[in-house]
Amino acid sequence: MDVRLLIDFGSTYTKILAVDLEREVVLGRAQALTTVASDITIGLREAYEALLAGGSIDERCIRGRHASSSAAGGLKIAAIGLVPALTLEAARRAALGAGAKVVCAHGFEIDETVVAQVQAAACDIVLLCGGTDGGDKAVILHNARMLAASALACPILVAGNRVVANEVKAILEAKGKSALVTSNVLPRLDSVEVEPVQAQIRELFISRITEAKGLARARAFVDGEIVPTPKATLQAAALLADGTEGERGIGSLVIVEIGGATTNIHSVSAQEPSDPQTLVRGLPEPRVKRTVEGDLGIRYNAPTIYSLLGEQYCRARLQEIHPAGEGRPVDLEAHVQALSTNVGYVPHSPFEHAIDAMLAESATAVAMQRHAGTLREEYSVVGKVRVQHGRNLLEVGNLIGTGGIFKYGPHAERILRAARFSAQKPWSLMPKAPQAFVDAEYFLYGIGLLADRFPAAALRIARKYLRPVRLDG
Amino acid sequence: MPSGNIVIGTIGSDAHMIGAWVLQKALVGAGFNVTFLGAVVPQEEFVHAAIETDADAILVSSMYGMGILDCEGLREKCIEAGLKDILLYAGGNVAAPLELDRNWPEIEKRFKAMGFDRVYRNTVTPAEVVAALKSDLRLEG
Repeated sequence: MDVRLLIDFGSTYTKILAVDLEREVVLGRAQALTTVASDITIGLREAYEALLAGGSIDERCIRGRHASSSAAGGLKIAAIGLVPALTLEAARRAALGAGAKVVCAHGFEIDETVVAQVQAAACDIVLLCGGTDGGDKAVILHNARMLAASALACPILVAGNRVVANEVKAILEAKGKSALVTSNVLPRLDSVEVEPVQAQIRELFISRITEAKGLARARAFVDGEIVPTPKATLQAAALLADGTEGERGIGSLVIVEIGGATTNIHSVSAQEPSDPQTLVRGLPEPRVKRTVEGDLGIRYNAPTIYSLLGEQYCRARLQEIHPAGEGRPVDLEAHVQALSTNVGYVPHSPFEHAIDAMLAESATAVAMQRHAGTLREEYSVVGKVRVQHGRNLLEVGNLIGTGGIFKYGPHAERILRAARFSAQKPWSLMPKAPQAFVDAEYFLYGIGLLADRFPAAALRIARKYLRPVRLDG
Repeated sequence: MPSGNIVIGTIGSDAHMIGAWVLQKALVGAGFNVTFLGAVVPQEEFVHAAIETDADAILVSSMYGMGILDCEGLREKCIEAGLKDILLYAGGNVAAPLELDRNWPEIEKRFKAMGFDRVYRNTVTPAEVVAALKSDLRLEG
C-alpha cells in the first residue's frame, strides 16, 4: 500500500481523504470542524483519528500528506487596475487563477473611498496593476501614492507598467509598505501574462499568508506546501482535461462547484469563435479559467438567491422538482434564512432536498451565464455579423458537478442541466451536449493535490470515481 | 503643446485605402506630420504608432460598413497605453448604408459613446477635417 492523505482545511470542515496509489482506490475519509481560530491542528487531529478509527488504513503505510486550504477566509486579493476591460480584467484573472477570492476590484484613479473599501475588505494581498509596458504611468503612480498613504498592512504586489514599476515600489516603501515587483499582467494590449504574477502570489501565500492565517502549525503534519483549495481544483481540471504522458485526458470540460457561500466555475477549453465568420472581441481568453460568484451559494448566500428569484418562481420550481410537496405549509423565506445561519445543514426530507436543488440549479445557471461568453448580432454592408465576447463553451465535451450537494443530493442531473446551452438564451455560449459527471466522492481537490507528483495515477483515480450521469430525458 | 503629429489608416479587415490616402495628402499639405498606416490595420497598431510618434490624433477610416465593430474598445486601449487625451476621429461608410441614411444622429451618438471626438460620413471634404483638427488642437490658421 502507498497511502496518501489529502487534506483540505475548509472554511467549515477539515476533510481528510485517504487514497492508495498502488491499487488506485479511495480507502476512506473523515472530517471534523476546522479549528483555525484556536489551533488548526485540533480539528486536523480529530479528523485524522476518525479516519484511522475507520479501520481501513494502516498508519505505517502512509507515505505522504498533502494539503489545501480555504480556511480563515481563503486567499483574499484586492485587484486594482486602469481600464476595467483591460488591466483590471487581467489582474482579476491572475488572482482567480491563483486560487484567490477577489474581494474588491477597482479601475482608474482610486480615491479615499476606494482605499477605505480595500482596507475594509481585509485582503491578504493588493494586486496593483495599470498601464501596458511603456503605456500609462500617471494612474498607477497616483494609485501607489493613495495606497502608500493608507493604513494597509498587507503586501502589495506591483504588476503594472514596467517603466514605472520601481518608482511605484519606492513610493510604497517610503511609507513602510511591503511592496514586490513582478512583470506586467498586460505587457502589450493583446497579451495577458498571468504566470509571473501567479508565481509571486503562490510565493506570498507560502511565505507569509499561511503563517498569518494560523496554518503554520499544520505544516509540521503536511509534506510540501499548502495550496489554496481553488488552485487545487484548477490543477485537477487541467489534468483531467489535458491528461499526462501516457494517459489521455477527457478533453475540454467545465466544472461547476457549488459551495455554501460561493459558486465557482472552472473551464478548460481551447478558444475558438463560435463559427469562422464570427468576430471575437476583448482580451484573449486563457485555456484554463476560473470565475467565482461571491453572491451565489446554497447556505450562507441562500437568501441572496431566493430574493433574486422571488417567492413565486421558487414555489413553481419546487412544484416541478418535488410535486408531492412537504405535506404541510412551508415558510420558504424562513427556511432559506435558517440555511444561511446553519451552514453545515444537511436536508432531512425530499422537500428540503428539493429546496437545495432549486437553489443550486439557479446558482449554476447564473454562474455559468457569467462565466460563458456571449454572442450578439450587428448589421453591416454584407449583412448580419456575429460578435463574440468572452468564452465560447458551446462545444465543450464534459461537465462535472462538485460540492457537497453532488455528494448527498438526489438531484445532480437537474442541477447540471442548468449549466447547458438553452434555446431561451441562445446568446449565452454554454455547453450544448456535454457528457456529464458527478464528483460523488467530493475529491477533486485531492486529485489536484496529487496532480504535480503523480499525474497518471491521479488521473486514473479521477476517471474511476467520477460518476457519469445522463442529462437527457 | 500639440506636436502636430497625426496617425491615419483604415481599420479592421477593411482593404479600402483610398479615403485615408486622400486625407493624408491633404493633412501633409496643411502642415501636419502624418504617419500613414495603410489598410487592414488592427487597433493595436494605431495605438503603437501613436505612442511611437507622440501623436495628437488618430484618424481611422472605415469603408465597409463595420466601423462601429472595428472601433469599439479603441479609446480604452488608448487610455491603458497612456494616450487618454488623444483625439480620435472616424470617417467613411462607418455603418451599413441604410443606417447611414436613416440613422445618422444615432450613429454619431454611438461613436461619441465609444470615446470618439468626431465622426464623419464619406461626403466630408479634406478641408473640413483639416479645419476641425486645427480647431481641436488649437493650432493657428
